[in-house]
Amino acid sequence: MKLSRGFFLLALAFLIASIVARALPPQKVNDAAVLGTAGSEGASYKLPRTLAQFGFFQDAAGRVPGGDLIPYELNTPLYSDGADKLRYLYVPEGQPIAADGDGLLQLPVGSAIIKTFAFGAGEDQSYIETRVLLHRADGWLALPYKWDAEQTEAKLAVAGARIPLTRPGGVEVSYRIPNKNQCKSCHSKDAEVIPIGPKVRNLSADLLAKLEERGFLAAASTSDRQLPVWRARAENPDTAALARAYLDVNCAHCHQPGGAASNSGLDLRWEQSNPHDIGIRKPPVAAGRGAGGHAVSIAPGDPDASIMVYRMSSTEPGVAMPELGRSTNDDEGIAIVRKWVAEMAPAGEPAS
Amino acid sequence: MIRLTIAALALASAAPVFAENHTIAGGEGAQERLQEALILAEPGDTIILEAGRFALTDGLSLDVDGVTIKGSGMSGDSESVLDFTKQQGAGEGLLVTSDNVTLRDFAVENAKGDGIKSKGADNIIYHGLRIEWTAGPKASNGAYGIYPVESSNVLVQESYVRGASDAGIYVGQSENIIVRRNRVVENVAGIEIENSNFAEVTENLTTKNTGGILIFDLPGLPKVGGGSVLVARNAVIDNNTDNFAPEGNIVASVPSGTGIMVMANTNVQLRENALINNSTSHVMLIAYTQDFKDERYQPRPVDVVVSGNMFGSGGNAPDIPGGEKLAAAFGGALPGILSDGLHQGLAVEDAEPVVSLGLTKVGQSMTEANPKLLEPVIAGEVERLTAVTLPDGMEARLK
Repeated sequence: MKLSRGFFLLALAFLIASIVARALPPQKVNDAAVLGTAGSEGASYKLPRTLAQFGFFQDAAGRVPGGDLIPYELNTPLYSDGADKLRYLYVPEGQPIAADGDGLLQLPVGSAIIKTFAFGAGEDQSYIETRVLLHRADGWLALPYKWDAEQTEAKLAVAGARIPLTRPGGVEVSYRIPNKNQCKSCHSKDAEVIPIGPKVRNLSADLLAKLEERGFLAAASTSDRQLPVWRARAENPDTAALARAYLDVNCAHCHQPGGAASNSGLDLRWEQSNPHDIGIRKPPVAAGRGAGGHAVSIAPGDPDASIMVYRMSSTEPGVAMPELGRSTNDDEGIAIVRKWVAEMAPAGEPAS
Repeated sequence: MIRLTIAALALASAAPVFAENHTIAGGEGAQERLQEALILAEPGDTIILEAGRFALTDGLSLDVDGVTIKGSGMSGDSESVLDFTKQQGAGEGLLVTSDNVTLRDFAVENAKGDGIKSKGADNIIYHGLRIEWTAGPKASNGAYGIYPVESSNVLVQESYVRGASDAGIYVGQSENIIVRRNRVVENVAGIEIENSNFAEVTENLTTKNTGGILIFDLPGLPKVGGGSVLVARNAVIDNNTDNFAPEGNIVASVPSGTGIMVMANTNVQLRENALINNSTSHVMLIAYTQDFKDERYQPRPVDVVVSGNMFGSGGNAPDIPGGEKLAAAFGGALPGILSDGLHQGLAVEDAEPVVSLGLTKVGQSMTEANPKLLEPVIAGEVERLTAVTLPDGMEARLK
């Protein structure tokens, strides 16, 4: 009787242990979900329905990153209605990253970039969406996952969503989760989907050193033209560098050759030095009412006569730039670009 | 025998066996349901828009090759309307970025930016569409109604566009283009072909726009050097609407009362059009007026043929500096063809005089105009442009 009771308890303990083990999320990233191949249990991971299926995080609520995830920040980030962003990089073990000068990290197939958009701090922090970029055998795929109100699960939202929310500080935001095509619209060059953020010139020396240490990067590449750190802009006297970095990060994914706005002829990449191509005295092409009655993208010395400033300062669809990813103005960004244009010699030479 | 028939059937229908129809109705959740269908469609599929209104809050987009979006009509009781009146985001109503797409038999209303834009979308068909800003001409309307850009093989036909604050139908930086049998009403430009080659604009009705048909080229764009454009058998009537384009855009400088305007293009033929009651000029030939640094750019209208057109009344209220005086000098109305004087190789086969403003340098100010009547340069029958042909099977998609 005793024995049997002991056996029963032991069996119960095993049962509980196995339930707990099953309840615990996977510790390792599910490479099949990243790659879109069939999983061991035969599940189809072409378009994983939930974020948890990737196994990026240790908890279903996505608060605790797995050990394989490398957190990172960008020197100058994209404005997304003031959302805080938690960025992670996943590179499969033993797969090196190639460097492309100071440009995009050439992440190997099987890599993923994970970015959670959140508002609020501490206890009040609320996740809105997590976007993933997956490097599959046939190229990159961008997918948006929307968090539920209970903050327990993020589900695939291929069609995107529009979410009314109030930002800390009281600003009302009609927040837009992009649909799968809209993801591609910014993330494409020459019709291929590519990452935007992790360019060597926009990453911290710390992160690059960490990647080297973990054996992902052969040698930590850096650039002599790193983008300035946006958070430290108050101490940075180089307005031109701040403005050009801001335009590179917020605009150039579309406004570059091969980008979604290539037909505009406007090229706002950091490395573009031709004054006309970055908009100085450049007449609009297909701006329509987005031109706001102004004759050129940038009127040196006169921000109020510059289409660029006008479109950055609008929230109206058809006028507002960027077209996607914001429904509020970025006052700080506008201030820097205004200052840059105002300080520009009317002769029209870019200072940067 | 039966087995044979089945085999034959299977063979005959090999391709479409996998093509599916996805029917979407308006009403609650239309934004997500329609967008999801557009994303999950497979090549060859048709998205069917049921009759009714689809109230949309955001732009739609299609990025799958070979998809057809088909409504049940552009107007009337069975119309399918994508209604963007309450749109909050995106630069256009519908964006297409994939090849071999067919858009037909539906309407797009009150898009906040452009109506339908297709970029880098080869072999695209726009058929039987209505793109409309329903309050009529307003500067706050979207820029373009139908807007294919950076594409090869573009067919736009039997559609209706009204209220665009730039161009009703605008084809930019593209080649191999047919725009035919459309009605474009109360836009700034009715039809505009810009920085494009090998285009035919035929049998359209362009009326009550600021300018009926514009054939333009602009410097500083990825593709410059527009030309080989046929504009034929169009009715270009009463294009006297005040220019309501927001300033800064090139069309904001188009005078009200313009019939057909050719700027900075080579090899343009205007044939057998009916040009009636356009109060500035039925046909205008001008050079690009602003500064440019693009070495590839050719700013003048070169090798333009005007032949077989019917010139009705018009030219009676030229919307250009000194226009009134100029008209008075010609007895109250300008002749049907007006040039800034900077054209090269003009052949007019019609018994219609040409007024030249007598400019001699590109970029010269109009204040230095020295108007005169040009002697007709009848060159005899001029060789026709090679007809634009679309790839095999493209038009068959409409069957």
